Amino acid sequence: MLRELCKKILPRSLWVYHANSGGCNGCDIEVLNVLTPYYDAERFGIKLVGSPRHADVMLCQGPASRTTARALKRAYDAMPAPKLVFAIGSCACGGGIWYDTYNIIGPVEKVIPVNYYIPGCPPRPEAILFGVAVALGLVDKKTAPVKFKQLELPIAEYHPEDLVEKDGMVVYSKMEHV
Amino acid sequence: MSFISKLKETLLCLKAGRVTLPYPMQAKPVPKRFRGRPIFDINKCIGCAGCANNCPAREILVEDPCQELRIIKYIGRRCTYCGRCADVCPEGAITMSQEYENGTNDIHDIGQDLRIFMGTCQRCGRCFKGVGPLDELMMKGYRFDDLKKDNWVYKSKAYLDTEPVVRDVEIELD
Repeated sequence: MLRELCKKILPRSLWVYHANSGGCNGCDIEVLNVLTPYYDAERFGIKLVGSPRHADVMLCQGPASRTTARALKRAYDAMPAPKLVFAIGSCACGGGIWYDTYNIIGPVEKVIPVNYYIPGCPPRPEAILFGVAVALGLVDKKTAPVKFKQLELPIAEYHPEDLVEKDGMVVYSKMEHV
Repeated sequence: MSFISKLKETLLCLKAGRVTLPYPMQAKPVPKRFRGRPIFDINKCIGCAGCANNCPAREILVEDPCQELRIIKYIGRRCTYCGRCADVCPEGAITMSQEYENGTNDIHDIGQDLRIFMGTCQRCGRCFKGVGPLDELMMKGYRFDDLKKDNWVYKSKAYLDTEPVVRDVEIELD
């Protein structure tokens, strides 16, 4: 089983550049934890490099703030294709709890396109490794959108076939009372 | 000469033993009371929207399309897994599961959508309509968040406007 895993992992080693654009450094520390011998990421070929020009993957952490948005975009443009971007932590995935403050534009994907999201505050190092494994295609992802419904009511949202055009407006034709 | 010293170093390190956790091969158990992803239980939810009121990241949005239906939408993007929603829920419909392996390529995978039938609910007073719009605003049952744009609506006369009040900041990038 280990041999199978090695055959799958070793031909695809990723060189990683870490970019922090205004975060609290919690996810920073967790990413550093992944690269230390305790949760060793180097056995998978993941190496930390100092310049985006040498990197395959950019690990983004922290929300995009007004002052660092430009620098983040320039780092992304400096990476040679093919490239991937991982957004690590709730701040990079959606803005975190700072999404509406004075200095934050929003999540990282308002500035650069993101391929994989690893939410958490901060995500456990195992969660980061799992996210990287999903990106490499080694495991299947474990989340799926969920929708619950208690009752179906006669409103336009559940019966779009009953919407008709009348006098230039779209009207739900079966509505008896508002 | 330096080759032999490197060999000595290797032997010393091998004697010390391995400290790397065999994580992908073996699952690592989490500590007790670990807060992972919140899971909503539709059978227990009464639609009071206490979780939406309390969420510090404004991740839970509520919309009332009509008096009998309430849509509570949990968008997982900004959730910090703080557990306040589970703390405040009066029915215990939200549990903080132990799942931390949430990496995905589409952030909409984490969302959960609940459509709740609002019958004669004792806690939020939805069984009767107020006499006018002012009375309805003062009742606890009406919320109008913008589910399509994933926005909380801050103003209370939201049913008159169609645009969300908080707009995105625009900035020029080179």
